[in-house]
Amino acid sequence: MSWSDETPKIRLRGLRKAFGSKQVLDGVDLDVMPGHSMVILGGSGSGKSVTIKCILGLITPDEGMIEIDGQNVLAMTPREREAVLDRTGMLFQNGALFDSLPVWENVCFKLLAQNRITRPHARDRAAEVLASVGLDASVGDLSPSELSGGMQKRVALARAIASEPEIIFFDEPTTGLDPIMGAVIDGLIVDCVHRLGATAVTITHDMASARRIGDHAAMIHKGQIVWTGDAATLGETGNPMVDQFARGEREGPIAMELRR
Amino acid sequence: MTLYPRSIASARPALAAAGTLALGWLGALGQLVLALCRKLGAVVLFAAEGLSHAVRPPFHPHLFLRAFLEVAYFSLPVVGLTAVFTGMVLALQSYSGFSRFGAEGAVANVVVLSITRELGPVLAGLMVAGRIGAAFAAEIGTMRVTDQIDALTTLSTDPMKYLVTPRLLAGIAAMPLLVLVADVLGVMGGYLIGTMKLGFSSGTYLKATFDFLQVMDVVSGLVKAAVFGFIVALMGTWCGYNSRGGAQGVGAATTTAVVSSSILILALDYVLTEAFFAR
Repeated sequence: MSWSDETPKIRLRGLRKAFGSKQVLDGVDLDVMPGHSMVILGGSGSGKSVTIKCILGLITPDEGMIEIDGQNVLAMTPREREAVLDRTGMLFQNGALFDSLPVWENVCFKLLAQNRITRPHARDRAAEVLASVGLDASVGDLSPSELSGGMQKRVALARAIASEPEIIFFDEPTTGLDPIMGAVIDGLIVDCVHRLGATAVTITHDMASARRIGDHAAMIHKGQIVWTGDAATLGETGNPMVDQFARGEREGPIAMELRR
Repeated sequence: MTLYPRSIASARPALAAAGTLALGWLGALGQLVLALCRKLGAVVLFAAEGLSHAVRPPFHPHLFLRAFLEVAYFSLPVVGLTAVFTGMVLALQSYSGFSRFGAEGAVANVVVLSITRELGPVLAGLMVAGRIGAAFAAEIGTMRVTDQIDALTTLSTDPMKYLVTPRLLAGIAAMPLLVLVADVLGVMGGYLIGTMKLGFSSGTYLKATFDFLQVMDVVSGLVKAAVFGFIVALMGTWCGYNSRGGAQGVGAATTTAVVSSSILILALDYVLTEAFFAR
């Protein structure tokens, strides 16, 4: 569903993916408009992570179409695909920081890999990006294993935004954090996305986080998008499935399906 | 009417059951063979892709150097000690065996030929398999299960080029150097026992050693070493790269890497010996 005649930054049509006999994605249709922040909600195993892994090319879908800026990425050559990936950033659920590298190299990894920056300059750039996520430059010399969970998330966020991508994906950005640190990370995500003018796709099942981060929200259930709308209306959408999920109620269509 | 048709009729159910059982066994065997072929094909494609990045830019020489140091320099103590003690044991054993038929003079020849042709490359290969194969599998496996390999892809870096190729090349380049050191230390171990315990004179022992040694003996060992280094690096990276699950998956990958590379080293040792020395 699109909100205007503008070409969506990301368009998914009929995306299907099965692992063995389990159909994880069963025809996902979704549009994310440029500069918008889309939150994808859904329970565990509903297909949220698989959806963004398909967009990022980490998993190849069985069927369907993925367009970025109107170009079908599934029909692209590996080199063209790389060029598209160059414009994306990703924050993984557990950070996925490289523990063999110090923090500053983690942050500037993409810039160094693409020779867009020299190593001495990378240290300065890392300090700059770390400051933008509220971390001191001295953190750059530490190893990821020396950081707390919240600091690791912030470093992962710094790594995701260091190359100033056009599209940023956030996979469960607040999972495992206390509510205050969760709110801090959400605030940083909103700031970074606005500052870069990027399109953001966040997957979460944290309602407070979804309302803070998202302009728009979509609910995925059993591999299909069952609702899209304004993130501010979550809990009062009129869709019983979404409202039950947003309020965390035991009774409702989702629980009833689980009992069968 | 004869009893003949009746006996056949009574045997039919038993024959059918035996046939079903045989088909079941054959089916299971077929599936096993197919699974083995699939896995072998996957390993070959993985190796081909890993090696193909060695000639396609961008290159990561610092990663190759890091892996080379890991394989060559940090494996030196364990490979060196193994070689010294093996040479010493070999000298003692061959002396006590050969003295039964008055051939004690062949000790130096046996030590040098055994070390350079067989024991140097094989024992170094097995030691490196335990040390480096396990380390590669555990490191890459942990990266797999913690999404670090996916993160590499999202950071515009090919994980095969970044993780696998430098390790494969390091395995191929470092093992011959390790084996060369192992050859020297192994012969030295035999020399020490020969001269200090078994009563050989230094000059006699060394003369016997070098008179019988041919270039091919050393070269064959170095070629074996390069092949074993490749196998150790390949199995370590492949098992790690394809590990699944959490800590248990990484543990299983590590075990499989060490066991499979050890078996392959022993099997390929025979093949290479046959290729070099069979007449």
